[in-house]
This record gives sequence, structure tokens and C-alpha cells, in this order.
Amino acid sequence: MTGPVVVLENVDMIFGEGAADQVHALKEIDLQIEQNDFISLIGPSGCGKSTLLRVVGDLIQPTSGIATINGKSARQARLDQDYGIVFQAATLYDWRNVAKNVQLPLELMQFSRTEKDRRTQAMLELVELTDFAGHYPWQLSGGMQQRVAIARALSFEPSILLMDEPFGALDEMTRERLNLELLNIWRKTNTTVLFVTHSITEAVFLSTRVIVMSARPGRITADIEIDLPQPRNAETRSNVRFFELETEVREALRISEGGQENSRAPA
Amino acid sequence: MSESRQRIWAPVLILVALIFLWEALVTAFNIQQFLLPKPSAIVGNLVQVVLLDGAVPKEDPVSEISLDNRFIVVVPGEPTPEMQATMQEARWWEFPLGARRVSVLRGSNLTPILAASWFTLKEALGGMAMGTLAGIAVALATTRWSATREALLPFAIAANSMPIIAFAPIMNNWFGIDNPFSKMAIVTVMIFFPIMINTLRGLISVDNRSLELMRSYAASDSEILFKLRIPNALPSLFSGLKVAGALAMIGAIVGEYFGGPRIALGVFITQEAALFRFASAWAAILVACLIGISIYLVILLAERLALPWHPTFRA
Ligand SMILES: Nc1ncnc2c1ncn2[C@@H]1O[C@H](COP(=O)(O)OP(=O)(O)OP(=O)(O)O)[C@@H](O)[C@H]1O
Ligand SMILES: [Mg+2]
Repeated sequence: MTGPVVVLENVDMIFGEGAADQVHALKEIDLQIEQNDFISLIGPSGCGKSTLLRVVGDLIQPTSGIATINGKSARQARLDQDYGIVFQAATLYDWRNVAKNVQLPLELMQFSRTEKDRRTQAMLELVELTDFAGHYPWQLSGGMQQRVAIARALSFEPSILLMDEPFGALDEMTRERLNLELLNIWRKTNTTVLFVTHSITEAVFLSTRVIVMSARPGRITADIEIDLPQPRNAETRSNVRFFELETEVREALRISEGGQENSRAPA
Repeated sequence: MSESRQRIWAPVLILVALIFLWEALVTAFNIQQFLLPKPSAIVGNLVQVVLLDGAVPKEDPVSEISLDNRFIVVVPGEPTPEMQATMQEARWWEFPLGARRVSVLRGSNLTPILAASWFTLKEALGGMAMGTLAGIAVALATTRWSATREALLPFAIAANSMPIIAFAPIMNNWFGIDNPFSKMAIVTVMIFFPIMINTLRGLISVDNRSLELMRSYAASDSEILFKLRIPNALPSLFSGLKVAGALAMIGAIVGEYFGGPRIALGVFITQEAALFRFASAWAAILVACLIGISIYLVILLAERLALPWHPTFRA
């Protein structure tokens, strides 16, 4: 495929439109994501990052504007099973053990039994939960649950990965390891990733582009190209350019939050 | 392990203590049998233990000692031929105890009470099966059509708080007073609403994120039903079944209070009470209670087998 993977044109999302407490979660969002991009969304809490992800994934319909995915409507892309989603909360099924939770999309997509088992095995190894394959979700810690959710989203190699703070609940070591694993998978599988994070370091380390958003209304305030060499590895973190880019993103975030204060003052 | 054993033994001990207290109080205050029979008199209708003890001095002539539905009877010396004959007929088993012999007999009302219980249990289970199937079917059907559901649910909730047992005479009239189906019909209707409402609640109260996950995989409605809604509904279906299990025996027995064949438990109880044979009425009630508890335990067991993942069963 040659065209962009995700195109958002003038997307607005207003919750409870017309009501006194309506929320303008997304305003005039224009965004274009190319094949094999790794995009991070960063911004203050409540600025509409999850909402943007849900619009792309066709889990909510925008109030206005158009989302085009892989050259088709977001809805068609969803029906074609183009998305792998990791929600902010793990969202495991209580009645399925770890292995069965990872298998859920594979079952729905009619993978053969051997393929199902092979992939489940590989994914559990990836997130280091092989020993917990038979455990139920309530027997896992929050971070372990989140790792199951990540394994589930990666298991069927979706063409677009939508990840909402997937590593937020993890310790620093696991987080860095899974960062590298995610980059590995991304490189190997032609996946396009839309990734929400609160960590500037993580955003710069992983991404090809970092998108900075501001709150109320949720808008894109900066779009920063991360021109660090690929593949990213431990050395990337000591690259001088890495610090420059971190500073640039931090500055953009500061301005976006400051701008919000200013715009509120005269009103 | 020891903790769970403690959990079982504490209530058992309390129960035993209460029974002894009951026995002692009825004896001490000399309460009339028709007001409150002694527990031993009640159990004596079902089981009798005869202690044949040659060592006891013969104060009473043996011939004056009657077995007469007493739970524990001490017979000094050799029993009379008539007593011997009765014991022969009703004997369950006999074993020596030192120099004495213990003979366990079926109580005189055991056979009719068990026969009546079996008859009534079949009504209860039949009604429970029909009510459960109907409740689940309607719940499944209305999951799909939310408009129908919204329209029907208030009626179902209102119906759930109606005393459906009041319809028992009507059902007896519709299906025939001696026809077990008249009692099954009452049980079916009584059970339908708790099952339906509980199942429906489980089917529709699906976490929004879980639903979005399914949608993100483009799962079909039937896949969402089988892989998400039904497993999500199982715990509340079992809560409904526990309520239903208690209602089933109530429905069948009270239905029989309004009339039924002679071999029904409710009819047995009303007749014995009418004839002032309260101890045997109590014995029948005791058996009904035991059946009710058994139904509950079976449902509990089925729940454990069906929901091994449920956190309430954590080891
Ligand atoms: N379903 C909804 N109904 C009404 N308002 C909503 C809904 N979902 C989100 N919002 C509102 O939209 C705004 C953006 O929410 P969103 O979840 O996208 O924020 P976020 O950037 O992901 O925040 P966080 O970093 O805390 O996860 C918030 O003000 C929130 O209250
Ligand atoms: Mg969010």
C-alpha cells in the first residue's frame, strides 16, 4: 500500500453536544499517518488522547470530520480487522485464563488450532507470562494484566496498533524491555503504531513522530519529527540529539499547557 | 483447611445445641404436643432406635412399653412377640453393643413421607426446569431487542414482586387438582421472573470496554453473545437459580395445600395437622426442609463446577 494509513480531516468530537456540560474533546484535528510510522500522542490528562484513538479505531463516531484508514472508512477498517487495541485499562475477560485471553482475537479470526497455540506460546514468552498461562485475571497484578492485554493485541499482527498508555502500569525495567520488543515487532511486521503516553522519554525513544496536544478543546499543538537513527537501542538514549528532542517536546508541552491558561484568562 | 473445617463445624454445633435446648424446654415446661412436639418425637416418625437391654431391671412389664413413634426406646429383657413382629417388619439393621443389642427401625411414617416427598420433588424440579428454560430463553431473546426489553422489564420487575402463589387455586382449576402439572405450572411461573431478570441483568450489564474490545475485532453479534454476554451472565444466572431453588419447594408444597393427590407432601402435612398428628406433620416439614437445603447445595456445587474462574471460589 502506498497511501497514508490514517487520515483525519477536520475531526471534531463533542460529548453531550448542546448540554450545559458539553465537552469539546477534539477540535479541528488534521492528522496524516504514513505506513510504518510510529506516532506518539502526548498531552495533559483529559486533552482527548484516548478519544482520538477511539475515533481512529471506529469505537466512537466523530461529531464531524472524516477518518480514512488504509484508504477506506474507519468502520470498514474495523470490519476488516485492521486494528489491534490496547486500552488504558487491561480489559481482560474474567472467565478466561491468561492463555485463553491472549487467544481471544485468534479464535474470532479463525486461526487454526496449531497456529493459535504457537502464537499464544510466543506471545506469552514475549511478555514473560508463560508460567501464568493457566491463571485467571484476578490472580494477576495490574502490570501482569496489562502485559496480557499487550500480548493479546500483538498476537494477530494487526496492520494498525492503537495503544493507550500500554506501559503505564509497568516497572521501569519491564517497560524498557517491552519498549524494545515493541520496536522489534513494529520493524518486523510493517505495523503502524499510534501510541499514547505521558512519558516524554518514552515518546522520543519509540516514535518517528511525536504529536503534542492541548486540552479543552483538544487540539494538536505540535508535530515533532523524531529523526533519530533506526534501529533504536540502548545507545539511542545517550545520543545528543535524543536530549535535544526531549527538550523540544517538553517545551512544546509547556507551551501547549501555558497557551491554555492564556486563552482562558480574557474570557 | 482447618479454617474451612471450623466454618462447617460452628453452625453444626449451634444446630445441635438448639435441638437439645428445644427438647429440654418442651420437656421442662411440659408443652402440649400439638403446640410444639419434641424433636425426638418428630424424628421418631422417621427413625426409631430400640435398645434391647437384658440387664435393665424389669420395673415395667415389657408388654406395657410401646414403640409408638418414639425416637429412642429402651426395652428391658426380651421383647414381647408382638413387639418382635413389628420390629422384624420395620428393621433397618441391628447390631450388638456390648451385652445389649441395638435395633434401628424405619419410623411408621417414613415410607409415606418419602413417597410424598418424591412426588412433590418431581413437581418442584419439573417446574424449576421449565421456569429456568423459559426465563433464560426470554432473557436471551430480549437481549437482542432493547426496545422490547425496555418495554417489558418494568412488567417483569412488577410481576417478580407479586405473590404468584396466590394463583395456586386457579392453576389447580386449570390443570386439574390431582394433575402434578398444576403444581409445576405454579413453580414455573414463580421461578420464571427471578431467573429471567437475573439472566437478563448479566447479559446486558457487560462492561463497555469489553464490548469495545469485541467490536474492535469486528466480532459478530452471536460471537459477542457466546464469548462475552453469556459468560458474563453465568454468575447472576446462578444467583437466580439459588432464589429459584428455594421458591420451587415452596411453590409445590403450598400449591398442594390448596388440594392435590393423597401422596403429595403438602396434602400429607395438611391432613396430619387436621387430625392433630402434629409430630408427623413436623416430620414431613423436616424432610421438606432437608430437600430444600439439598437443592441449594446441588446448585452451589454446579456453580463451582461451572465458574471455576470466579474469585469467590479462590482457594
Ligand atoms: N464517553 C464520554 N462521554 C463524555 N465525555 C467524555 C467521554 N469520553 C471522554 N470524555 C471527555 O473527553 C475529554 C477527553 O477525554 P480522554 O479520555 O480522551 O482524555 P485523555 O487525553 O485520554 O486523558 P488521560 O491522559 O487522563 O487518559 C475529557 O474531558 C473527558 O471527560
Ligand atoms: Mg486516556
